[in-house]
Amino acid sequence: MSVAGPSGTRAAGSVAIVGAAECDLGKTGKSVLELQTQAITRALADAGLTLSDVDGLATNGISRFSVTQLADWLGLQPRWGDSTFAGGSVFEMYVARAAQAITSGQCSTVVVSYASNQRSARSRSLTGVYEEGTPEAALEEPYRPLYPISYYAMVAQRYLHTYGLDRASLAAVAVAAREKAQLNPAAWTYGKGTLTVDDVLGAPMISSPLGALDCCLVTDGGGAIVLTSLERARDLPSRPVVVLGYGEAFTHTGMATAPDLLRTGAIDSGRRAFTRAGVTPADIDVVQLYDSFTISVPLGLEALGFASPGEGLGFTGPHNTGGGGLAYCHPGQLGVLLLVEAVRQLRGSCGPRQVPGASLALAHGTGGIFSSHATVILGVDR
Amino acid sequence: MTRSLLLQQCVNCRKFQYLVRPFCVFCRTTVLSAVAAAGTGTVDSFTVVHRAETPYTLARVRLTEGPILLTHLIDNPEPRCDQPVRLAWRGDLPVFRPVE
Repeated sequence: MSVAGPSGTRAAGSVAIVGAAECDLGKTGKSVLELQTQAITRALADAGLTLSDVDGLATNGISRFSVTQLADWLGLQPRWGDSTFAGGSVFEMYVARAAQAITSGQCSTVVVSYASNQRSARSRSLTGVYEEGTPEAALEEPYRPLYPISYYAMVAQRYLHTYGLDRASLAAVAVAAREKAQLNPAAWTYGKGTLTVDDVLGAPMISSPLGALDCCLVTDGGGAIVLTSLERARDLPSRPVVVLGYGEAFTHTGMATAPDLLRTGAIDSGRRAFTRAGVTPADIDVVQLYDSFTISVPLGLEALGFASPGEGLGFTGPHNTGGGGLAYCHPGQLGVLLLVEAVRQLRGSCGPRQVPGASLALAHGTGGIFSSHATVILGVDR
Repeated sequence: MTRSLLLQQCVNCRKFQYLVRPFCVFCRTTVLSAVAAAGTGTVDSFTVVHRAETPYTLARVRLTEGPILLTHLIDNPEPRCDQPVRLAWRGDLPVFRPVE
């Protein structure tokens, strides 16, 4: 299945990522707009382009008018913008929308960016914010769930119960993430040593069965990618990374509404992306999966078709090569950084953590409490 | 006074929903009646929240009628998935305790 634009061209397969970069990570003391500027200027430099080439922006997390805010700050008046809010998965959605906008001729060069200074600003709240007037504010907030942790904790509890596993099996995910981050000098936990399963089990319990080391980091950080037509990309200095497929799924906002905790929207968003790209999970060389919590990794790998139900913990293919949200960085929304690492893997520029010969990559973003899902499949230009 | 946990039942497809809506979320028809839940169900999943002076057990309870509630488990030192539970009340809040 493909999408034909007005000119008869397909949005998938005719647009490429030509630049990718992260801003400073960790505890930066910088403002959101300063970090955005770093990410954007670095990604444009990587692409061999300048701000004056940019006529499309997709971002959120700056203000209520995020694209306009960013455009004002950069001194741009873009002809296309998208500030859809869907949690950390939205950057994979922006890739789809940018590809469509470029293919249809609405704009030519899009920057997708995000940055947060949540560690410096101490702005992360464990309980989240229930919006007045929503069903959750009336039916769920009185029970004081931690948001989003308690939802992932209930998914983990159900997962362990269903497959007869224990906390130690999940802890292995955090141990593996920390180990991978030791090959990524940009990672928050780089050089901080490896973890043992006992370290993870011994960390303070937050919302059982998830302890502090089952949870993603809280850091500043962000990144940007630059997209343009594949035709134009071939004249730019970097090796184009082609957008081959994408898919999305939106399922629930309430903690009680999903009928089956173990059946997430990743099943559908993944299937849609694979269909559009015309490839299968077996074809993918490297996976970048949103690891908000340890449970997210096995469940996501299973939902996307990389492992059978209950066997995600045994998956040995390359995934989350930079250390992910658990060990690299987690600035509130990780989605754009999954794309940055996927692009670097496809360019062969990952140094000691490079997956040899990687030519097809999958990035899967998750938002909220497994609420929204978006999958992007990227490949080298052939 | 006996309190009851009210559900909506669809007159057309007979299914139940907990969140009150002007339509049936399953078959989209608009004639629904209010019925009292039997007050029985099972624990779909749970989590003990430790970020509080006194930890509490948050849970998803699947009512016998089908709908799932976010709730608390009380008087339940060893909660487990699929455990049968029964409706109790804490103030105006429906909570659940293990079936004896």
